[in-house]
Amino acid sequence: MITLGDYLLVSGILFSIGFAGVMLRRNLIIIFMSLELMLNAANLSLVAFSRFRVDPNGLPNYNAQVFVFFIITVAAAEVAVGLAILVALFRVRQTTDVKDISSLKF
Amino acid sequence: MSPFLFWVFALMTLIFGAAVVVNRNPVASALSLVVSFLGLAALFMSLDAFFVGIIQVLVYAGAVMVLFLFIIMLLNLQAEERRRINWLAAAGGIGVAVILLVQICFVIGDFQAAQQTFPPLAGSTDDVWNIGALLFRNYNLPFQIVGVLVLVATVGVVLLSKREPR
Repeated sequence: MITLGDYLLVSGILFSIGFAGVMLRRNLIIIFMSLELMLNAANLSLVAFSRFRVDPNGLPNYNAQVFVFFIITVAAAEVAVGLAILVALFRVRQTTDVKDISSLKF
Repeated sequence: MSPFLFWVFALMTLIFGAAVVVNRNPVASALSLVVSFLGLAALFMSLDAFFVGIIQVLVYAGAVMVLFLFIIMLLNLQAEERRRINWLAAAGGIGVAVILLVQICFVIGDFQAAQQTFPPLAGSTDDVWNIGALLFRNYNLPFQIVGVLVLVATVGVVLLSKREPR
């Protein structure tokens, strides 16, 4: 049988993949996609906990699913703003590589 | 859900998630991310969270990924040229991620409830009704704040994309 731990393990591996993407890649768009992977890994564990905490009426705990709803909404807004910043940056610098954007680097 | 289907969708999510990071071509990464999100939506539905699964397909695999592909097209990004990999930095990045994963595995291993299976549900669950009721009763203020946030984001995106008058 599938246990809660299996879902948490998948969620943890997905989060680590996203984290590795943020650490390794230098293309800003790929870094954004890795951030989305990390957000979705968190969503998966939230939904797993929601299904795990069944109340006496036999319903899952919907608070976690409302939380996931908020995360998805905020993530969509975040992607829109982030990609707009990316386009504005590309217009000025003609690059999406984080190595080329180091004006503030000490 | 049968364990076989769970592992199929879990592997689909993880393999295509890894393909997002490994692929050099941004378009291939974006399409891998779509498949990864579809696998994740299937996992949500296996947890009886049908509303969240549908939202995942509509918002993520639909809207957000179209936005990504549109930006990739707009910027006309090509596959990155194969440049010399800084092995020290790459090993550092992978090392930190692996340490994080090991840490997560230890936490799950110590977590008593992680060995338990999911308790059964009472027949049908009207999860759209239940989430909607919770959203508009208990979480009414956060819901409206998120509405304002989306409005601000829309205005901000328009402002950012506007060309500076020369």
